[in-house]
Amino acid sequence: MYDFAYHRPKSVADAIGLLKGKTEARVMSGGMTLIPTLKQRLARPSDVVDLGGVKELAGIKVEGNNVVIGGMTRHADVASSADVKAAIPALAYLAGHIGDPQVRNRGTMGGSVANNDPAADYPGAVVALNATVSTNTRKIAADDFFKGLFETALAEGELITGISFPKAEKAAYMKFPNPASRYAMVGVFVAKTAAGVRVAVTGAGATVFRVKAMEEALSKNFSSAAIKDIKIPADGLNSDIHGSAEYRAHLVGVMARRAVDAANK
Amino acid sequence: MTISVAMTVNGKSVSGKVEARTLLVQFLREHLGMTGTHVGCDTSQCGACVVHVDGKSIKSCTILAVQAEGSKVTTIEGLAESADKLHPMQEAFRENHALQCGFCTPGMVMSAIDMVKRHNYQLDEATVRRELEGNLCRCTGYHNIVKAILAAAPAMKSAGV
Repeated sequence: MYDFAYHRPKSVADAIGLLKGKTEARVMSGGMTLIPTLKQRLARPSDVVDLGGVKELAGIKVEGNNVVIGGMTRHADVASSADVKAAIPALAYLAGHIGDPQVRNRGTMGGSVANNDPAADYPGAVVALNATVSTNTRKIAADDFFKGLFETALAEGELITGISFPKAEKAAYMKFPNPASRYAMVGVFVAKTAAGVRVAVTGAGATVFRVKAMEEALSKNFSSAAIKDIKIPADGLNSDIHGSAEYRAHLVGVMARRAVDAANK
Repeated sequence: MTISVAMTVNGKSVSGKVEARTLLVQFLREHLGMTGTHVGCDTSQCGACVVHVDGKSIKSCTILAVQAEGSKVTTIEGLAESADKLHPMQEAFRENHALQCGFCTPGMVMSAIDMVKRHNYQLDEATVRRELEGNLCRCTGYHNIVKAILAAAPAMKSAGV
C-alpha cells in the first residue's frame, strides 16, 4: 500500500471541507473494498477521509412508510435491526448475506452503494424498492443513481448521507453466489410496493438493471408461473471464468422465479 | 504520514507511532510483538487475522491501525485466564482436535467466540457452518472445528464468558 494522508472528520460538514480541492482524495466508509484495493496498489489516493468517526451518518429510523438507513450503517446492523426485519425483511436478509460475518461488521450500506460494484447486493434492493438516495446536497431517485460499471450519479466531493426505502407489500432477494468469493454471480430483488412491481438484477451486467417484461407480467399476476417463459437476452451480460453471459442470463430467470416464490411465502 | 495511535489491547493500554497505511494486524504483530494473530491470505478472505474490535469480530488485515484508535481490541493472546486455564473455546478446540497445522486456529477461535455470543449461546450445525464463511482452513479440518464450536457454546454459557 502506498502511504497517504489520513483524516478522521467528526461531521459531514468537516468531511466535505476536507475533500475540497483534493482531487486525488478518497472517502473511506467501511473500507471493505478500498483497503484491499489500496493493498494491491490499484489506487494511490493522496488523502483518505475516513467517515468512521461521523456518528450522524449511522443509524436506522422508521419515518412513516419508509425505512431510512444512514450511509455509515454496517451490514450487520441492517441484518439484525428489528425495524428493518419488521418493515422490509428482504432487505435484512440481503444485508445478512453480504460477504462474511467479519465483512458485515465493517462494511456499510453507503460505501457499497457509492462503490457500485457490479456484483454488489445492495443496488438490487435500492432499485427494486425504488429507494431514494440522500446526499449532502440532494436526493437522487434509484433509477437515476446507478450509471454504469463502478459509476454513479455522485459528483466529486458528494457523500451519501442515507437511503430511504419504501416499505414493501411483498419482497424477496435471491442470489446465486460465486462459490468462492460469495459475490453475486446473479442476484434478483423482486418487490411489490405502492409504486408497483419491480425486478432488479445485480451481478449479471455492468451495473444493476430492471427487467421490464417481468415487471409487467408480475403486475398482472404476482406468481413465478407468470414469468416462467420470459427469456433474458445474453447480449451485454458479464462473461468471465465463473460463468458465461448465457449462463448468467439463464440464472436471472431462475433467481427471479425463486424470489417471487419467496416473496409469496 | 506518521500518526500516534492509542488503544486498549487485551485490557492493556498501548500506543505507538504508525504510518497511515499500517494495518491493525501489522501494528499488533510488528509493533507490539503479538504474533498470535496470523496473516494468511492478506486479501481479506481467509480469516486467520480475525480479532475483536469493541466486541465485534473483524479481519485485522483489512482495517488500518489508525481506524482502531481508542478501541478495545481482543486478540487470541487475551482469551485464556491463565497459563493453565484456557478459554472454553480454546479448550473445546483442544478436546475435539479442531486443528491440524494450526495456522487458521487463532482466527477460527476469535470468529467462533463472536458467533456463539451473537447467537446467544444457541447454535446448530448449519448455522456454525454458514457463520464460518469468512474463515478458511487449508487442511480442510472443518468437521472437528464445527464440533468444537458446538461443544464450546454451552461451556461458554456456564462459564459466563
